[in-house]
Amino acid sequence: MKSVLRVSAAVLAGAALAGLQAPSAVLAQDTVTVASWGGAYSASQREAYYKPAAKEIDMTVLEDEWGGTLSEIRVQVDSGEYKWHVIDSESGTAMAGCDEGLLAEIDWEMMGGMDRFFPGAALDCSVGTISWATIYSYNGDVYSGDNVPTTIADFFDLEKFPGKRGLYANSPAASLEMALMADGVPADEVYAYLSDNEEEAIDRAFAKLESIKDEVIWWDTGAMPPQLLADGEVAMSTAWNGRIYNAVVKEGKNFVIVWDGQTIDYDHWIIPAGHPEYDLGMKFIEYASRPEVMARQSQYISYGPTTAEAGVLINPDILQHLPTAAANLENALWVDTVWWADHEEELTERFQVWRSQ
Amino acid sequence: MVATTGSHDVMRTADGVPLRIKLRRAERMRKVWAITLVAPLFLFLVVGFILPIISLLSLSIEDPDLTEGFPRTAEMFQEWDGEGFPPPEAMATFAEELAVAGRGEFGRAAKRLNYDISGFKSMVKKTARKSEELALLSPEQMLDGFIKIDKDWGDPAYWLVIKNASSYYTDYYLLWSLDLQRDKEREIVGVSPDRAIYVDVLLRTIEISFAVTLLCFLLGLPIAYLLATLPTRISNLLLILVLLPFWTSLLVRTTSWIVLLQNEGLINDAALWLGLWNEPQELIRNRFGVYVAMVHILLPFMVLPMYSVMKTINPWHMRAAASLGAPGWKAFLKVYFPQCMPGVAAGTLLVFILSLGYYITPALVGGPSDQMTSYWIVQNMGRTANWGLGAALSVVLLLLTLVMFFIYNRFVGVDRLKVN
Repeated sequence: MKSVLRVSAAVLAGAALAGLQAPSAVLAQDTVTVASWGGAYSASQREAYYKPAAKEIDMTVLEDEWGGTLSEIRVQVDSGEYKWHVIDSESGTAMAGCDEGLLAEIDWEMMGGMDRFFPGAALDCSVGTISWATIYSYNGDVYSGDNVPTTIADFFDLEKFPGKRGLYANSPAASLEMALMADGVPADEVYAYLSDNEEEAIDRAFAKLESIKDEVIWWDTGAMPPQLLADGEVAMSTAWNGRIYNAVVKEGKNFVIVWDGQTIDYDHWIIPAGHPEYDLGMKFIEYASRPEVMARQSQYISYGPTTAEAGVLINPDILQHLPTAAANLENALWVDTVWWADHEEELTERFQVWRSQ
Repeated sequence: MVATTGSHDVMRTADGVPLRIKLRRAERMRKVWAITLVAPLFLFLVVGFILPIISLLSLSIEDPDLTEGFPRTAEMFQEWDGEGFPPPEAMATFAEELAVAGRGEFGRAAKRLNYDISGFKSMVKKTARKSEELALLSPEQMLDGFIKIDKDWGDPAYWLVIKNASSYYTDYYLLWSLDLQRDKEREIVGVSPDRAIYVDVLLRTIEISFAVTLLCFLLGLPIAYLLATLPTRISNLLLILVLLPFWTSLLVRTTSWIVLLQNEGLINDAALWLGLWNEPQELIRNRFGVYVAMVHILLPFMVLPMYSVMKTINPWHMRAAASLGAPGWKAFLKVYFPQCMPGVAAGTLLVFILSLGYYITPALVGGPSDQMTSYWIVQNMGRTANWGLGAALSVVLLLLTLVMFFIYNRFVGVDRLKVN
């Protein structure tokens, strides 16, 4: 029966591809399609990578958006009809996709070795492209003066700071760690605690989340937290730091980022397994990982690079808005992708059931 | 005369072909032509409707992850009776296949095992990394070898999970979609409370669909009656007002409700200004928002069939009833309403069945506890890539729709429907 599914998927994908690839026949140069997250983030990639690629490596980059789920990749791999050469993926998805054989292994020789990258940014099937953080941000019109939230514990303190809270709906990642840090677990002990006393730690995190559940409004796309804050739907919300930066700098919103208890993670470039134009995908990734190219992106959005070589090229004015700026790192947690690869499914299931109860 | 009829008993056409054959030929041509005309639709139905449903049904009863990834292990574990620990040979085969499994097969099998006991995935991974240690052991030392890598292998429950995942056809996902599972003795029992959600969701789906249908009926009846009884000039204008939202995209209408209902939306602002309430009320991300948006979207499906039936009812019937002494309400209930039934039946059935499958509206204006079965199908098909469970939930939803249809048919009768 799988074959039936495969055939129907192939028919559909084929139809979609026929539409997509028509222009490439006209262009003599290389063409790749990159799937990413849309909004301000895709805009920053367009300026930093896609547009310059035409001049610098004679490559046309077409854009697409995706929902970040492995099944979107599985359909393409199973049917052999590929929509995307390269995909910008979260680290957990990249890791799970690699484990399930859905991603091509990276040609690390071509990339100049894994050591160029920060620890955790170079994996078998993926190359880190940015470092980003889940932070929480509050509306400066709601809390001002001396009584403003400054720690991760304040996010969970409804008495001191009444008001609705925004939390990410699709996964417990980041929220779970933040709950533990707010409950008094130091950032550098969170994963040790989660590994050694798994059941107790997870129950404790869920209990902490339960304490604010009635006041939570759930968001599921990166553009939502700034919107919820601006509309007064929430007083504070977790968010991806670049989206808040964008709202503050480009739209002049009065939002404040609280860096205490931030969780830092990478986004990765990945290539679907068995892609007939794997080489083109690698060519794009290699280009986007060159220090001078990678360093460009933070001019457009406040996400950090994944190599030290690119880090030194970044404008100091921008540097302070990045998750990795020294002042922002005082109580920060680096997401343990390996731990999440093992626990994501069951915790996501439990989280969704809990949300729905 | 009798002799001559021999050559004339067959009637022939002008070109000498017997009429019977010619007729049959013409008939056949007509049939071929008719089939050619229907063929595209038929093909479309097969490819777009029947095949997906069949593949869905089969996905929900297949459990291929282990049987395809570790075929020999699966075979040997199926023969084991499930008592205590599996035979050493089966363990050895498992160790062998762990060592050679490709990334994809391995990952899917590990993910499948993790559904039953969380943490099993990392345990299998860890064991695979050290599988060369196991290759050196004799079958008798095998269990100790496994335990040395991870002490949890000493718990027979883990081995039993492998056995339970070892048959290609399974009721595992269908049971899961009803919050059930099989225990050690293969008895069907409920799952733990922190996993039990799907029965609740199913009941919630039925409840929301009933409420939406009822509300649509109560709101739609007067509208349809007005449309059918007002002078054509005015009723046509009103009909446009019903049809306009009907022609507008569902997504647009749902998002407009977000604009209207949110904390700083039009309704809250207006009510605050008028002093109806003192602080913004929660009108969205709860059941109230779901009902408002769904009723608004589905109302035309109720109004239009009722209207088309009411239009055909002779207004003299009501006057006749009145002249015989029936008060207005009685005339309406005894004379008018029974004649509307085909339209009411069609409207309620349409709205109810459409509601059962609603996804995007509750997803946008509902809170986490207002999500219906479709949401969880998307959740499992998309986000967690658990196609087996997603397919099983789809099957449950399909069956629910059919059951509701048959109940409806039993009490109302589908032959009484009138949609045009």
